[in-house]
Amino acid sequence: MSHTPIDHGDLAYVRDQMLAEQPAPRVSRGAIGWMREHLFQSIPQTILTLVCLYLLYLIIPPIVQFFLIDAVWTGEDRAACATQAQGGTQPDGWFGACWAYVGAYANQFIYGRYPDAAQWRVNVTGLLFFGGLTPLLIPAAPFKRQNIVFMVLVFPLAALILLTGGGFETGGLYLPLAVVAVLALAATYALALGSRSDPRPGLITTATIFAGLFAVVALLGVDFGLERVQTAQWGGLLVTLVIAVTGIAASLPIGIALALGRRSHMPIVRFVCVVFIEFWRGVPLITVLFMSSVMLPLFLPEGVTFDKLLRALVGVALFASAYMAEVVRGGLQALPKGQYEGAMALGLNWSQMMRMIILPQALKMVIPGIVNTFIGLFKDTTLVLIIGLFDFLGQIQSSFSDPSWASPVQSLTGYFFACIVFFLFCFGMSRYSMYMEERLDTGRKS
Amino acid sequence: MAVTDTASGRSASGGGDAPPKVALLNNPRVRSWLFQGVLAVIVAYLAYSGWMNMNANLQAAGVASGFGFLDENAGFSVAQSLIAYDQGSSSYGRVYVVGVLNTLVVAFFGIVLATVIGFIVGIARLSNNWIVSRLATGYVEFMRNLPLLLQIFIWYFGVLRLLPQPRDSIDFGALGLLNNRGYFAPKPVWGDGAAITFYALVAGLAIAYVIGRWAHRRQMKTGQPFPSFLVGLAVVVGLPLLAFLATGSPLSWDMPELGAFRPSGGMTVIPEFIALLVALSTYTAAFIAEIVRAGILGVSKGQSEAAHSLGLRQGQNLRLVVIPQALRIIIPPLTSQYLNLTKNSSLAVAIAYPELTSVFAGTALNQTGQAVEIISITMLTYLTFSLLTSAFMNWYNARVALVER
Repeated sequence: MSHTPIDHGDLAYVRDQMLAEQPAPRVSRGAIGWMREHLFQSIPQTILTLVCLYLLYLIIPPIVQFFLIDAVWTGEDRAACATQAQGGTQPDGWFGACWAYVGAYANQFIYGRYPDAAQWRVNVTGLLFFGGLTPLLIPAAPFKRQNIVFMVLVFPLAALILLTGGGFETGGLYLPLAVVAVLALAATYALALGSRSDPRPGLITTATIFAGLFAVVALLGVDFGLERVQTAQWGGLLVTLVIAVTGIAASLPIGIALALGRRSHMPIVRFVCVVFIEFWRGVPLITVLFMSSVMLPLFLPEGVTFDKLLRALVGVALFASAYMAEVVRGGLQALPKGQYEGAMALGLNWSQMMRMIILPQALKMVIPGIVNTFIGLFKDTTLVLIIGLFDFLGQIQSSFSDPSWASPVQSLTGYFFACIVFFLFCFGMSRYSMYMEERLDTGRKS
Repeated sequence: MAVTDTASGRSASGGGDAPPKVALLNNPRVRSWLFQGVLAVIVAYLAYSGWMNMNANLQAAGVASGFGFLDENAGFSVAQSLIAYDQGSSSYGRVYVVGVLNTLVVAFFGIVLATVIGFIVGIARLSNNWIVSRLATGYVEFMRNLPLLLQIFIWYFGVLRLLPQPRDSIDFGALGLLNNRGYFAPKPVWGDGAAITFYALVAGLAIAYVIGRWAHRRQMKTGQPFPSFLVGLAVVVGLPLLAFLATGSPLSWDMPELGAFRPSGGMTVIPEFIALLVALSTYTAAFIAEIVRAGILGVSKGQSEAAHSLGLRQGQNLRLVVIPQALRIIIPPLTSQYLNLTKNSSLAVAIAYPELTSVFAGTALNQTGQAVEIISITMLTYLTFSLLTSAFMNWYNARVALVER
């Protein structure tokens, strides 16, 4: 095709000049156009829009009125948040939030009954945690490897010593640990002999692990001069975060192990994993907590007692790891078979194949599911209040029994405060997972 | 190189002098059985020592084990019971049945409500109407990110406590009374001849079923459609209505009356039930909404286009093409949400709605101290619910699975 201009000759009806571009019709652009397209397309849609606006009108203004406009921000006791008929100072008919009560209780909501003089330890632990977590969550931050070592090895120990006060009686642990160490070294050596390979690398690894364990036990036994704080005194957001973080940290590795076990070709391993997973997934968490609080002590030898918080932690972690296992299994199943075959063709052994080829891809695929499990776990920590632990919600709930702040608006204010805190944590986690999902999307999804 | 990583100390060392025969421990079968043997021994040891410790501890505490306590008199009152329950003479076994029934009641109504709300919100999220979809999104985000227990507390301690005292009850006229003691609904009282209406309903259902079968066969054979749904509906509604009118309307309502302390007469719905039902259904609805949305988005647009090009109308397209395929995606996660709702009903223990966990694993356990038996029975009950649900899911998945090659 050539681009020679067409000779119009004397065809008068053929236009030989282009018309100037015209703006779009006014009704389809700008705010009005947007509204026509998104709110008032048709009569039913218009009715729907008006109904929704009316709904919002019903919901939003009273909430703003209650929690902001009519709210009381300062006060000494319940008189500030009660009407005159209820024995307070507010005019009759007043109905607003009592933020003064939240302010008065803020310390309890965060620390529970943790001694005032020792609260700096909780603050330091919190700083270590969020200070270590933030650079871990920012993909561009440097020193990822050191950061992970800090969060996995240093932080748990530091948190344990800071929060409890350290100085555990670990003297009786050295001998059993030494026996186990010798047995493990012997087993490693025997395995190496049996498979006719060089025993040195295995022995070195085992020795390093046990040296580390000895160091941990020694460190836990050191008396740093910190006041002992029983876990019964912990409460509030501290307990919520301790349970959630420990549960998350424990459920991920256990869940991965269970998922691999369920996909294994070894019948006994598969059977044990399937029974474990299906059992925990089939019962409600509250019965698990009941079990850990009344049944677990029965299974232990006489004289061995378990801290109440620790029992709840065990229950929560096992429960969450069963759910985590199913999420991870989804990722393992979604991986094409060629990935396994390719890894085996390269001559990788099972652990190398899992570590370097399969798990990185499978876990990446199920990040939304993993984070959903985390969010579920975080929300489920509230259940520990039923077995008598004072987590954040439990602390709020127990503050209602204090007569010095009792008023009809107290519970609504307290619950609203709880809503804000839980929403910030859960919504933050889900947004972060969406962000990571986008970043890690290396073109698998079409 | 990572490939020759010998961290486990077990990988075969390279070199030409390696023996041609594989070492015993490098044989995958031997290794696998060795590993499984160790695992089995550990599991068996844990189970055995747990069992022995439990027996020793129970003996030390002087607790008689066994299920004999189920026949003993419970002696506490239960706020809501579907079957006859008497504080003086009913046994722990009966408490268990009452608890299971109450769990099933709240789960049933919760599932119905959650499904209705969930489908509405899920479809609303896909609406072209900006404000509708934003409202639905806000609902889902808000509900999903707050703990269920907090929501139950808000409804029970926050909202229902704000309701008026019984003497200032909110009067819904023919629908009953609402106050902080619960909802007092009119109770239907069936008179003589009411059974005929019931039989008419059964007959109507049977006839509608037969008509449906016949219409389906005829359409398969001749291609002639028959409005079987409308005709069936007319039969199911019309027949009992006719019978009802013919027998002289044998139905009256027992209306609740305002009393000095609490309304008398009618049917009482306890506030614990209302709080639990509302919290469970609105919470689960948020998850169902997401499932519904994913299911509808999961049916590709080409399916609708193909249906239209075959000449199907919009309604037929939805009914015959889109919805069956969306359901294939929706139903499995939907059933697991139903199961979650049932399991979450155990949170009732926090507000003392008398369901299984609250009344059996709570009150009965505290009174008898039979921790092992009671917790085991409770867990087994929930496990049964769960296994039944997954059996249904497997059956459904097998039925609707796409048949490929």
